[in-house]
Amino acid sequence: MLERLRHPWSDTRAERTLGAVSLLVCAVVVAMVVFVAIHAWPVFHYNGLSWLGSGGNVGRQIAAMQTTTQHPPPSAYHLRAWPLVYGTILTTSIAVVLALAISILSSIFIVELAPARLRRIAIPVIRLLASVPSVIYGLIGILVLVPFVGNHLITTAEKESVQNVVLLTGAGLSVTVVILTVMITPIMVALICEALVSVPNSWREGAVALGVNPLRAMLAVTLRAARPAIVAAAVLATARALGEAIMISMVSGGNSFAPKPIDGLVFLFEPLRTLASGIVDFREGIGAPALGSTLYAWALLLLFAAFVLSIGGYLIKLPLRKYQVRG
Amino acid sequence: MSAIGEWRPTQLPPGPPMQSGPGRRSSPRSWRWVDRLALVFAWAAGIGLCLIAGAIVIYMGYRGIQYLRPSLLVQRPALSTTQSGSGGFLDPLIGTALLTVIGIALATPLGVCAALWIAEYGRPTWLARVVESSIEIVAGTPDIVIALFGLSIFQLGVFAPLSFKAAGGGVFGKSFIAAGAMMSLIALPPMFAATRDGLQAVPEHMREAAYALGKTRIATIRRVLLPSVRSNIATGVTLGISRIIGDTAIIVLLLGETLRLDPQGSTPVVGLLRGTGATLTSYIYGNSPAGEGAAPQKAYAAAFVLLVFVLGLNLIVDRIGRSSADATGLTVAGAVV
Repeated sequence: MLERLRHPWSDTRAERTLGAVSLLVCAVVVAMVVFVAIHAWPVFHYNGLSWLGSGGNVGRQIAAMQTTTQHPPPSAYHLRAWPLVYGTILTTSIAVVLALAISILSSIFIVELAPARLRRIAIPVIRLLASVPSVIYGLIGILVLVPFVGNHLITTAEKESVQNVVLLTGAGLSVTVVILTVMITPIMVALICEALVSVPNSWREGAVALGVNPLRAMLAVTLRAARPAIVAAAVLATARALGEAIMISMVSGGNSFAPKPIDGLVFLFEPLRTLASGIVDFREGIGAPALGSTLYAWALLLLFAAFVLSIGGYLIKLPLRKYQVRG
Repeated sequence: MSAIGEWRPTQLPPGPPMQSGPGRRSSPRSWRWVDRLALVFAWAAGIGLCLIAGAIVIYMGYRGIQYLRPSLLVQRPALSTTQSGSGGFLDPLIGTALLTVIGIALATPLGVCAALWIAEYGRPTWLARVVESSIEIVAGTPDIVIALFGLSIFQLGVFAPLSFKAAGGGVFGKSFIAAGAMMSLIALPPMFAATRDGLQAVPEHMREAAYALGKTRIATIRRVLLPSVRSNIATGVTLGISRIIGDTAIIVLLLGETLRLDPQGSTPVVGLLRGTGATLTSYIYGNSPAGEGAAPQKAYAAAFVLLVFVLGLNLIVDRIGRSSADATGLTVAGAVV
């Protein structure tokens, strides 16, 4: 056996071996979808699609699940998951919109405006920001930002106005969105900068030669040409924000409450829970079949969203390849 | 043709004399107010991002110096109600190292083989595309979903010997092997992307020269291509390590979050791998107000150590990856560092 391995490999054999190893990755993806779907199946089977709707108190519904036996009746799977879905959509969309504006502006800064010396500082700094682990962001959030918001930004009157519904501690929408924005902005900056640099310089120079000022040329020509890359960056950032679990579980207040815009300013401070952070919050109860299945159903929803974003990202990059601009 | 015939030069009013010499820089003062506003915002956003990053590093550094004692790095954690009695984080450090080794050991062959197959063979084309997109899907899947997937796999009876078992015989699917296997999925995409981009950057004439000397494809890969993409693989490995040491979701679901390394069985190494434990990230999570420990001083100290690791890995990527880094130096091999 060893003798055969030491012998020089034939090309066909090498190709097959390498191909088989590569196919292992496909097998893992298929297995992932299948396993998560199998575990999530009872939830959708017993609840139907009204599982995604709203109604009732999620906290109480989950507490009921934790007490069920090994072979729970169909009624044990009852859940209306809308507050979590809403929390996920809310945090992700606000953070992505904020991050999009900030990252486009700072990419222009880095590529066009910054003096060389400043650029040499900014690039490693932004790379660092992208690689800080989410638990450190969460730690700063829960030990610095949450107490600050709770003690200084929320007034006692605001706390009293909703005290019968939720407890305002400072952990909630605003802190979550701020940290999420800081976490996804560097990714977008990196991808947008890459695209801005790879747009042919002559296009912009042409605009400048026509008398447009350099910033406007950047906005009107380079940024326009890089539009697909910007959308691709936003897609990637959305995927990252959707799946962020640990940081959100630390700073979101851990309450399956849907923040209501109708509450005015208090809306910004209301606690919430996202799909991913819910999995972390209830991980201890995964042994209870009903709750375990519910957690897998949340994961399936996230997986589905990731799939859609992957396909969307691929479709968006297609026109980019035409210009040979890397995204 | 007639259009050209009708064209008459119009008399231009005399303008200001053309300036000679080096080009005049347009001063923002002469811009429209919209452009000036955009200029201000762009500066603010860029400087603001740098300030946030600086604030995080300086704050964590301050807290780290305040709370980190060398003894924390060599003491084992202990159960205690006071922060002075709860020991250090030797076990989490070992746990992080162990998981990194397992994850990289699994991900490197997988990533490099897949990259070699895609870049050098890639037939049939549709299959290569399927492999490539499955790696992209793995990259886009949230780590918490990967963790739940790992849990469902390792709770299967077949894999029961690989993970921690309760006294009653129930399988929890939690162990270093389980967590390490899922960590390899997290480390795979950057590894693959770095290697593939390196291979694609190798000039075609190097391959042709090898073929001209009568080498087979696989011999070319071993003797010519792999040596020349060594630095790309190293970049990929470093990126993978920084993914692994920073991940928390997989740890809290698949490693059991026990305070100390908790071997399963008495066989020395195998028992440790089958047992549960903690890493720096789960230690930070557990000691923050979100976890049970609520020992913020320990959490700050551990977070400082983790941040130092991440900074160090960043520097390493900078060193080895400078040649392979893309134009702005912000992404390496198309992956955000």
